[in-house]
Amino acid sequence: MAQRTMIEAIRDAMDVMMSRDDDVVVFGEDVGYFGGVFRASQGLQAKYGKSRCFDTPISELGIVGAAVGMAAYGLKPCVEIQFADYMYPAYDQIVSEAARLRYRSNGQFTCSLVVRMPTGGGIFGGQTHSQSPEALFTHVCGIKTVVPSNPSDAKGLLIAAIEDPDPVIFLEPKRLYNGPFDGHHDRPVTPWSKHDLGEVADGHFAIPLGRAAIRRPGNAVTVLAYGTMVHVAASAVAETGVDAEIIDLRTLLPLDLDTIEASVKKTGRCVIVHEATLTSGFGAELCALVQARCFYHLEAPIARVAGWDTPYPHAQEWDYFPGPARLGRALIETLEA
Amino acid sequence: MTDYAPLSLHVPEPAVRPGGTPDFSNIRIPRAGQVARPEVDVDAEAIRDLAFSVIRVLNRDGEAVGPWAGSLSEDELLEGLRHMMTLRAFDARMQMAQRQGKTSFYMQHMGEEAVSCAFRKALKPGDMNFPTYRQAGLLIAGGYSLVEMACQIYSNTHDPLKGRQLPVMYSSREHGFFSISGNLATQYIQAVGWAMASAIKNDSKIAVGWIGDGATAESDFHAALVFASTYRAPVVLSIVNNQWAISTFQGIARGGSGTFAARGLGFGIPALRVDGNDYLAVHAVAQWACERARRNLGPTLIEHVTYRVGAHSTSDDPAGYRPKTESEAWPLGDPVIRLKNHLIVRGAWSEERHKQTEAEILDTVIAAQKEAESHGTLHSREHASARDMFEGVFSQMPPHLRRQRQEAGV
Ligand SMILES: Cc1ncc(C[n+]2csc(CCOP(=O)(O)OP(=O)(O)O)c2C)c(N)n1
Ligand SMILES: [Mg+2]
Repeated sequence: MAQRTMIEAIRDAMDVMMSRDDDVVVFGEDVGYFGGVFRASQGLQAKYGKSRCFDTPISELGIVGAAVGMAAYGLKPCVEIQFADYMYPAYDQIVSEAARLRYRSNGQFTCSLVVRMPTGGGIFGGQTHSQSPEALFTHVCGIKTVVPSNPSDAKGLLIAAIEDPDPVIFLEPKRLYNGPFDGHHDRPVTPWSKHDLGEVADGHFAIPLGRAAIRRPGNAVTVLAYGTMVHVAASAVAETGVDAEIIDLRTLLPLDLDTIEASVKKTGRCVIVHEATLTSGFGAELCALVQARCFYHLEAPIARVAGWDTPYPHAQEWDYFPGPARLGRALIETLEA
Repeated sequence: MTDYAPLSLHVPEPAVRPGGTPDFSNIRIPRAGQVARPEVDVDAEAIRDLAFSVIRVLNRDGEAVGPWAGSLSEDELLEGLRHMMTLRAFDARMQMAQRQGKTSFYMQHMGEEAVSCAFRKALKPGDMNFPTYRQAGLLIAGGYSLVEMACQIYSNTHDPLKGRQLPVMYSSREHGFFSISGNLATQYIQAVGWAMASAIKNDSKIAVGWIGDGATAESDFHAALVFASTYRAPVVLSIVNNQWAISTFQGIARGGSGTFAARGLGFGIPALRVDGNDYLAVHAVAQWACERARRNLGPTLIEHVTYRVGAHSTSDDPAGYRPKTESEAWPLGDPVIRLKNHLIVRGAWSEERHKQTEAEILDTVIAAQKEAESHGTLHSREHASARDMFEGVFSQMPPHLRRQRQEAGV
């Protein structure tokens, strides 16, 4: 066991997998010599050599397309897109190729690859360093989508993603890299070194994809969250004093619907929160599933708290970001409904 | 049994890494004045060598020599020097403002000032640039207000972009400066489209696309070349090869091709390389290429050979990937000093006047900065409003956004 930041945990996961499996290769923009702009791959080139960890030309299409070819050959690429906001040039390779290769070749060719990308806001990154495009992936048939909320999960889930026989999109909430940011931008963030979930087991361990974690048990209302919003939910709950059950989805697809269903049937109320824009966001899918499974147990309409339906602004970051105050209001309204 | 040795992966490496001695001996630099100046209607095939050479005007003694010299008057050169000095001073102040927490982010031009400042002089009103974040010289040399630039950087109440964009992602239609995208390379093909529109409408305007060495790897670059080639679009496609793309040296994007300019040859686009730190050469080549576009002769690809002296941005520290003294070893020198020396050699300038002008420019920049700060800075109480965040998504605000704005209480 060691205290690690989320970046260190992610690096450790790649390190563990590269040392166990020669087929694991890591590449992306600035990923090789420098170790990535967030330093996730720092030291991996020195340790495993240039043909297993290298810099690529600035072509997201090239990165994912090449990874698809390598995966079809039998390697296990774990590639980095520098920011999720820059994945669009790669989208065709993800949607039309990686996601469908197994299906269209009837398993002759498969695509075991991981595409890591920093996601989400909170760093004054403006519209091109802040987006949360998870719903653009969960809508695609044939890829899995993972969003960890802490270092320990990041490591275990990334190892599971690399070991998975199918393509996995691994979204890393960049505002969590150094600590559990809870939406209170005017307060210092406790570093992961002082947090339980910053304690990361050494060596190999996998957290199975498709299993949620209950972060706080409660009886009054279920909060469905992932990534940064798990910590925002914790502070909203603490500040409102609402006895909420906070579920950290961890994997959006496959989704742990059983855990969600059991919780909502117990509480009778549900609030969904994500940073991504509201309309056609992943919250809409959750909302549909919860009402289908739990309709007769619901005592209030399901509420959604999300980013406004605008491009992610620069100066107005904290007016835009769905922080604990907005979530707190939704919790109270849902209880009073 | 096979006669072949096992395959192995080739991954290019820069000549030197941190701790090593900077070495640019691999960059072949012809003497100033050596490269011929063809007629503008030349066939691309006939000037293949220009894609592998470097057009230079200023020699080591500060003299302007050769067939590319003489495209600007002395007064224009003096003005050009002021533009570059203004850009440098503005960069220094804004860089400092970022460090002081007045904004979130900044990107400077140190070492690359000549490229955008000199190019701008070849353009006419109505022409459109599709820039990257490292061509603010187009605005400064085009007479755009420093105050507005600073207001954009501060995302304050007078920010022409309402706080929506990251600092330095300017936009000024009036000044021929297309809205900068944070997504690399997207603007390159858009420049071609804009130029095609001008041709469709039998207009006289031309477009200039801008891209960095690293970003040429994006598909948008290749799409731009094929469209420009097919439709002979009145566009100048400029590559700013400043040797680095964040931590990645230019060899990763260039691959086995000798130069970036050579990318144009396969598309039948005349391609030239120019000393990007030579104000006179940049202008002469820009003028040549713009002339081709205006005469409906089609696109030109220009590779500006320069060096990014500073960090990539305020979020970057180059010490992690290149020798600290690499910029001092850069063989093409400093664009401001080179133009200054040239003007001194011509008898049009002196060290004393230079110092005096530097002080004047600093005063002007500080005054502009102060005026901008009177309208607030990113984290001051006064900044771009939350209400503005909901405007401009569509021409008319749809009902769902109206509801959200109401819910936000702004
Ligand atoms: C599509 C996309 N991918 C990645 C990035 C991240 N990024 C920003 S600048 C940069 C390097 C660009 O280098 P270059 O094109 O050489 O321009 P320079 O910064 O040297 O002027 C990278 C990788 C981005 N902005 N957009
Ligand atoms: Mg560059």
